Amino acid sequence: MNPTPTRTRLRRGWNTVAALLILAVMLFPVYWMISTALQPGSSIASTDLFPTSPDFGNFSKAFDTQGGSLVTSLVVALGAVVVCLALAAPAAYGLAQFGLRGSRGIVFGTLITQMVPGIVVANALYSAYAELNLVNSYLGLILADASLGLPFAIVLLRAFMVSIPTEVVEAAMVDGANRFTAFVRIVLPMSRNALITSGLFAFLFAWADFIFALTLNTTDDVKPVTLGIYQFIGAHVSDWGAVMATAVLSAVPAAILLVVAQKYIAAGIAGGSVK
Amino acid sequence: MTTTTPPARTTAARETRPRRGSGRRRLYQWLFVAPALVYLLAFFGYPLVRNVLMSFQEFTPTTYFTGESPFNGLENWRRVFDNELFGDALWQTILFTVGSLVGQFAIGLGLAVFFSRRFHLSGVIRAVLLLPWLVPMVVSAVVWRRIMDQDHGILNSFLETLHLSQDGVSWLSSPSVALLSAILVNIWIGIPFNMVILYGGLQEIPRELYEAASLDGASPWRTFRSITLPMLRPVVTVVLVLGFMSTIKILDLILALTGGGPADSTQTLGTLTYQLSFMQLDFGQGAVVGNVLILISAVFAVLYLRVNRADTVKGK
Repeated sequence: MNPTPTRTRLRRGWNTVAALLILAVMLFPVYWMISTALQPGSSIASTDLFPTSPDFGNFSKAFDTQGGSLVTSLVVALGAVVVCLALAAPAAYGLAQFGLRGSRGIVFGTLITQMVPGIVVANALYSAYAELNLVNSYLGLILADASLGLPFAIVLLRAFMVSIPTEVVEAAMVDGANRFTAFVRIVLPMSRNALITSGLFAFLFAWADFIFALTLNTTDDVKPVTLGIYQFIGAHVSDWGAVMATAVLSAVPAAILLVVAQKYIAAGIAGGSVK
Repeated sequence: MTTTTPPARTTAARETRPRRGSGRRRLYQWLFVAPALVYLLAFFGYPLVRNVLMSFQEFTPTTYFTGESPFNGLENWRRVFDNELFGDALWQTILFTVGSLVGQFAIGLGLAVFFSRRFHLSGVIRAVLLLPWLVPMVVSAVVWRRIMDQDHGILNSFLETLHLSQDGVSWLSSPSVALLSAILVNIWIGIPFNMVILYGGLQEIPRELYEAASLDGASPWRTFRSITLPMLRPVVTVVLVLGFMSTIKILDLILALTGGGPADSTQTLGTLTYQLSFMQLDFGQGAVVGNVLILISAVFAVLYLRVNRADTVKGK
């Protein structure tokens, strides 16, 4: 029954071909986005399959109109990462290591929060924000967007931190460090990978946020690129080249992270959701 | 591929170990948890409570000048349930959610099984396949809106070239097709997530089981049914419950793809909440729909927690 090595190799070759075909079909929309973005604005009605004479005019148009939004997205997403990790890391450590009464309930509660629809949160936050003067503010959007990654970060970091031996921290404390210093000097460096994974996802969630950007802003003062592109298709639906160029730019973080931090992404999807 | 989450085997043992400390030390320890707890209460607890209250309050655009939102009993609930659109949105939410889940899961499982074979580039290709899931949903929706354009979309040109359709399908502009189109796009978005988790589950199945099956001369289909599916069941439950939770609240995809139209044919509970609250500025009615959405989610949250607890007990 043992197939010869050549036959095995041949079969594996065909598998690779099939996998590449699957990839081509699945990623066609991504290709189409890039291809359309590279074709000059004159070919509005029909887009060629291949950008025979690539043109970056759409990208300069996209930068002109959406450049500010890209910066806004970056500021908001990075802010959300900072808030998210600053809150999640100590909490995860506390929940993993202190054996506090009620910590199990908090972990379950954290899991449940992931199921609250964003629009429901936005519905209530809007009126609270109006009273607190947080509508149309960077701080308001950063705080709201941090909620997208926080439960995930707590669950993921806690799952990692339960496996840190208590002895390691206790040894540091014998040397005179207090809990907090030990946490910063020992626990955080040990949790580097889990922190990176949570941070990446907090960034991606905040970068992709649309609901909070749409509902917690009534002016264009704080306009992330997701909101920008949404308004763009409303106003300039004929200029698909520029819309697609904006789409490409707003997909760049995902693409970069996928290449640079591939292993963290896969681990994050699996770890954060199953645990 | 290295994984950053080590098995949390010792969780149960460590948590139940009593660790007495003085009151001050306890307080100090709670300081680690307190900030996140306060935040979670402010950004999840408060909205849940506030939505329940709001659903019994009268909100009109003038509320934002006068600041007055008097309680009006069940008036909002009555108005929402009398609204024909609510029933439609509920039904379309079910269709959208179930349709998306079935499609994502079936294709995701197929791909997971396929990529479990060993061949060149399998890891790299699997990683690149994640891209649709990582791109902001609004962006995906915008791209698909262009692809599915009736007159200038590549999808119709493709079908016409193959002589499968002559006039082009009105993917997004026909009330009878638009919901299906939205489901198709959402299936595309959800495949990578299903694939990754199911692939992880497949890797956990002991190889010996397959060797034993092949010694017994079991057919591939038989092996899949008798070994793969039963062993995969816990992961399948998690994938489906998580998929349900994220699909039922989808809003950005539909807003950017069809805006709820044509003729409200793609309105869901999520878009209806948005429309009532933020377009008609009737936050009371919006809260009613939001609460219904939460109630449905809560049923599945309970299911999820039970699955999760079962896993914890088993020491997973």
